[in-house]
Order: sequence, then C-alpha cells, then structure tokens
Amino acid sequence: MSILIRTLLLALVWGVTTTSSAQEISAEDMRSLDGQVQEIKTDVLSIASELDNLEERLLFPSNTQVAVFVSMEPDETFRLDALQIAINGELATHHIYSFNELEALQKGGVQRIYTGNVATGEHELSVTMMGKLKNGKDYNHSDSFAFAKGVKPKALGITLAGPGLGKSGIQIGDW
Amino acid sequence: MRRAPFSVIGLLLLACLATSPSHSSELNDLHFGEALYYAHQGHFFEALERLDSEVRQHYEIDEPELDTLYAHINDAEFSLGDFELRYRMHHRAGRAIRAVLEGDVDEVIRNDAAYRLGRIHFQKNQLADAMRALERIDGKVPASISDDIEFLRANIYLAEGQPAKSMDLFKRLQNTDEFGAFAAYNLGIAYLQDGQRQAAVTQLDRAGQTVADDAAELAIRDKSNLVLGTLLAEAGDYDRAVPFLNRVRLDGPFSNQALLSAGWANMSSEDFERAVVPWKILAEREVTDSATQEAMLALPYAYGKLNVHGRAASFYGRALDSFGVEVDKLNASIDSIREGKFLAALVREEIRNDKDWVIRLRALPETPETYYLMQLLATHDFQTGLQNYLDLADMRGKLLAWQASFDAFDDMVDIRYDHYQPLLPGIDQEFRELDSRMRLRIEQHEMLVKRRDAMLTMPQPEFLATRDEQALLARLENVERLLTGQETPVEASFQQRIQRLKGTLTWTLETEYHERLAKFDENLRTLDQAIAILQEEYTQYVRSRQAATHSYIGYQKPINRLRVRARDSVEKIDQLMARQGHMLELVAIEKLVARRDRLKDYRDKARFALADSYDRATQAQARTGEQ
Repeated sequence: MSILIRTLLLALVWGVTTTSSAQEISAEDMRSLDGQVQEIKTDVLSIASELDNLEERLLFPSNTQVAVFVSMEPDETFRLDALQIAINGELATHHIYSFNELEALQKGGVQRIYTGNVATGEHELSVTMMGKLKNGKDYNHSDSFAFAKGVKPKALGITLAGPGLGKSGIQIGDW
Repeated sequence: MRRAPFSVIGLLLLACLATSPSHSSELNDLHFGEALYYAHQGHFFEALERLDSEVRQHYEIDEPELDTLYAHINDAEFSLGDFELRYRMHHRAGRAIRAVLEGDVDEVIRNDAAYRLGRIHFQKNQLADAMRALERIDGKVPASISDDIEFLRANIYLAEGQPAKSMDLFKRLQNTDEFGAFAAYNLGIAYLQDGQRQAAVTQLDRAGQTVADDAAELAIRDKSNLVLGTLLAEAGDYDRAVPFLNRVRLDGPFSNQALLSAGWANMSSEDFERAVVPWKILAEREVTDSATQEAMLALPYAYGKLNVHGRAASFYGRALDSFGVEVDKLNASIDSIREGKFLAALVREEIRNDKDWVIRLRALPETPETYYLMQLLATHDFQTGLQNYLDLADMRGKLLAWQASFDAFDDMVDIRYDHYQPLLPGIDQEFRELDSRMRLRIEQHEMLVKRRDAMLTMPQPEFLATRDEQALLARLENVERLLTGQETPVEASFQQRIQRLKGTLTWTLETEYHERLAKFDENLRTLDQAIAILQEEYTQYVRSRQAATHSYIGYQKPINRLRVRARDSVEKIDQLMARQGHMLELVAIEKLVARRDRLKDYRDKARFALADSYDRATQAQARTGEQ
C-alpha cells in the first residue's frame, strides 16, 4: 500500500515535478533569451518615443496643436457609453467606450481623445456625452465652451460627472 | 513535502502584492493621467512610452517646479517601476525607484520606495537584495503599506530558508483582512520547513477553516486542506487525512487532486467502498486532466478489490478506449506543434483580447495541443517565455505599422516641399519690401514717442506747430534773413511787422500748447494701437513663415534613422521570436511526450487489468453457475 501512497504523493506534485524536469532543459536558455527580450523592449520603446515626437512635430506643430483630454470625477458611478467632440461646429471625434476603457477612466486615468490643429484665435468646443445612470435611465448631456488658441500647444481637459454629486455634467479646464 | 516550492510562495506573494498603478487623487498632469489610462487597461507598453518621456522632459526643463508633474514626480517614478515590472522589464524596473530612494525626499516617500524596490528584488528572486532594500526602511512608514512590508519580509525569510524568523510576522498577519488566508497558509509552511510537524498540522488545519469570500482566499484555503491531507496520508494517518481532503471544494482548482488523494487514502485504509465515491466523481471529469486519467484506472481497481469484477472490467474497457483516444490526440498535438500551429494560435489577436485567453485556447478546434498544456501554461518559466513571445509579436506588429508610416511621412514632407518651395521666394521678396517700410514707420513712431516724453518734462511749443504754421514761420524767418544788413527806413518797418507776426504765431503756439499736446498724445496712443497690431501681424507672419519651412525641413534624417532602427529591430525580433518560439515548442512537445508515454503506460496496465478482470468475472460467474 505504501507504494500506492507514494504514487499518490507523486501524482499530487506531478504538475510541479514533470514541468520542472521539462523546463530544466531550457531554463538557462530561456533566462538568457529573457534578457535579450528586455533589451529589445528598451530599443522599441525608444523608437516609439522618438516616433511620437516626430509625428507631433510633423502632424501637430505647436502653433496649431490642440489636444482634448477626458477624465471622470472621482467616485463617479454613471456608465459612460460614448462621447462626441466638435470644434467650431465640425465633428472632431467620437468615441464608444469599452468596459476596460471606462474602468480605466473611473480609476483615475485620463484619455487623450483628440489631437488636431486649429488656427490661433477664438474657438468653440462642443461636448456631448451619452451614458446610463445606475438606475438604468439614459443620461445624455451636451455643453459648449469657448477657448482661445495661442502660439503654444493647447491642452483642454474635460471632466465628466453624472448628476447628484454636486458638480454635474461637463467641466472644462485649461492645461 | 518538507519545503514548499519557492514558486508557490512567490505566486502567493504576487497575488497579494499586485497593486494598481498608484496615482494621486488630485492629478494635475494630463500626460501622467494618460499613462495611467493605458496602465489600467493593461497596456503597459503605451503607458511606459508616455510616462517615460514625460518624466524625462520634466528633468530637462529649467524650472521643474513650474511643471505640472512636479507634484507627482515621486508617484510617477514609482509608477514607472511598476509599469516596467508588469511589462516584464525587470532589468530596468528598479532604476526609477532607486532614483527616488537615493534622492532628497521625505522619509515616508523614501520608505515607500525602499519597499517597492524590495518587492522588485523579491520578484526577481534576488532575496539578499530584497532584504537589504527593506533594511533601509527607517522612521515613518505609510500606514497603507505597513502590512505589505511585513508580509514581504516574512516571505523573504521563508524563501531564504529561515522559517523561524518569519513565524512571528505571519502570526500577526494572519489576523489581518488583507493577508489573513495567505499568512495562515505560509505560517503552516514555515512550521513544516522548521521541522515542527505537529505545529504545522495545527496551523494548516486553522488555515483550512479560514472564512473567505474572495476567489484567491478560497483557493489558498483549499490548498491548505490539500497539503494537510497529503501530509497525514504520507505519514500513514489515512483516517485523519480524509476529512481534510473532503474539505476541499468540489468546484475549486484543487478539487481533482483532492478527490484523487481522498480515494487513495480510503484505499490505503482498505475502505474500498469509500474509495469508489471520489474516484467515480473524478473519472467523469475532463479526461485530459492527469488526476482524472489516474482515477479512470484506480476506479476499476477499487471495484476489483470489492470483487465486482464485471464492473471493474467494464471501467477498464472504458479507460482503455479513452486512453487510446487521448494517445491519438496527443500524437496529433505533437504533430500540430511541430507544424507551428501552436505558436500561430497563441498570437491570434481575437483570442488575446479576452482576459481568459489561455482558457479559450482550449476551445480552438485546430489546436488540440492546448488541451494538455494548461498545467504547463500555468508554470512561471513557461509563462515568462510565452509572454515574451507574445510581447515580441506585439512589438513586431507595431514596428511593421510604423514602417508603413515612414513612407507616408516621406510623401507628406515631399508634398509640403513641392507646395511651399515655389511660393516662398516671391513671398519672401514681398516681405522684404514690406519689412523695410514697416521698420521705417516703427522708427518714426519711436521718435514721436520720445518727443512726446521729452515735451512732458520740457515744453517745446514749436514742435506742435501745424504744417501751415511751420511754413509761415519758415517764410518769416526767410524774409527776416533777407532784410538783415539793409539799413533802410523800410527795413525797420518790415522788421517790426515780422516780429509782430512771429509774436502772434508764438502767442498761438504758447496759448494752445496744452490743448495741442493732449491732442498729440491722443493721436499717438491711437498710433500705438495700430503699431501693436502691425507688430503682432509681423510676428505672426514670421511664425507662419517659419512653420512653413519647419513643415518640411529637418525630417529626412530622423525619418531615415527611425526607418533603419525599425528595420533592425524587426530583424532582431524575428530572430528572438524564432528562438523563443522554438524553445516553447520544445518544452511543450517534451511535456506532451511525457503525458503520452504515461498514458501509454496506463493503457498497457488497463489492457492487462481488463483481461484479468474478465477472467475473474468469468470464474466468478462459473462458480455461481456451479453453485
């Protein structure tokens, strides 16, 4: 019977022992490869960063650049489904939120929803949000804001909130 | 089971220490917020790309205290370390946090940094470094991480093989909400490591009764019961082992092992009827699971012990058929991996968008190998290799997309060049003419401003004479000059008249001086506005002119440099993917071959046992007939 028990105990740790033996063959090589993968990650991140910089200079020069960022009020519980942004009455962008994106906003993330170009001077930003409240009712809200574009890049931060938490609707901040 | 595998402890620690990227409640930096937005979705490449350049820019500016990141810089450094760790860049992960630790920062922040650094070293299996980092903690510790620090310290002791030092820490932590279940289990393992068997049994019994509602806590409770049951069975204490094995939930991750062990424990105490119960449940489960396969063989063995040979033969027959099918499936899987289908399935985008993509792999009809790789996929080294392969595939996709962008950028620059280049010489010529006229006017304006300012302190009425008055004055002075030297009676009379006229003019200029000065000032102010507009338009033109040039000049070199770097990186990634993929395939095939050989062994045993059971069943039937 003790042989059976040993078999049982071997079976219990089988998952660990067999995979260990399988991996011993290449564990050393895998570690070495892991180091090389980390190096290439550093290289590609550096390329990405330089490319971002180049793209920004090429596509959105600072004297015309305008970027719109979206965040949510802390502890906000309404479900944001979609957001639409218009500049001077022209549709700039619209976005439909996935569960992960909404969760990222609720945890304090800030989404860059739009980067574009406008001439220096006065402009109007219109924001429309569509979503649902906790009780299942539709929650739609629109608002417009004037902003001035100068020589420097313009960053506009939109903060969204549902009703019932003091501040309501859409707030805009200049960054 | 003298010592818990390090990987088990490490995984427990990771389960507990997994924290969200930290962020301040009042985030003032949009770009840091953007990095968090990606990090919260698990997109650590994008998060790192943004935060790394944001932090770098912060340190490059002249007055960082005016930057919006200034208030969050320590948090940003911590997050960089977190993101690097999560993107499996362990080599870089500690760098940012070490920078905080060695900087001139508040002791609370320094202690937080020391803890994070310790955690990184622990995850890299650098135990001495991890402990050294924790030893740097001194003074005020953030309340939110004080238990985390102690849990980490205890786990380091345990992993270093110093269980006695970890015990007091685990004893205290097992009463906390956050670490209770994990600390209770680890304390049991610490007793085992220390050779205190009875204390380990008592502690694992306690850990196995933890009140839990969280999936991870429920799993560790099951694990405690399974380890304890196994420990007792190993010692031959089968009757005591069974109740602990029965505590393991039937729908938990350790259920199959517990059912198998419970069957063997009952079998060992020669309670064959009770052995049948768990094995019967287990034999109906997923056939690819090794415990299920063992139960399929053990169940008829138990029936044989109960002298129910007919039923034993029937179950042996069923096992034989099943093992044959599984051996064929494993052969197909091995062939499939050799054909490269396993790696192709792993990088399928639609699969990986799902959080449970590893589970979903099993549902792919064209990848039979994944049925047998679930255990392998769950092991740390294989996971690292697999994740590296997937990261490489992601980076390759990105680089290929960027390479397409480079051609578009080239086109864009060429189009801009073709548009602006013929226009600019003409525009520049016109601008130069306008520029000289503007400069003249601006100089005139500056002269008038100086004159007004001078008149405010020293009145000069003649400066405010009208054009007619100036002409009149000039004529009078001219006549006066002509008369000079002619001593005639007429001359004297003319002189008198000229003086009278000049006096009248002077009177007007003097008496109207303040009124004229006010008017002059008013006109000058209007001119100031016009000049300001002119200067603004001038500046705007210069900027637009520069922007036109900047829109196509100076891009060729960086684009070409990036193109070369991207191409080199793709080549390097292709090589690494081939090596990494080959290793994964080798390990997977080795695993499948081991499973297949084991199944073949089972199949042989089942075949002999089937024949034996038939004989016994036939003999029994014959005996019944004779009676």
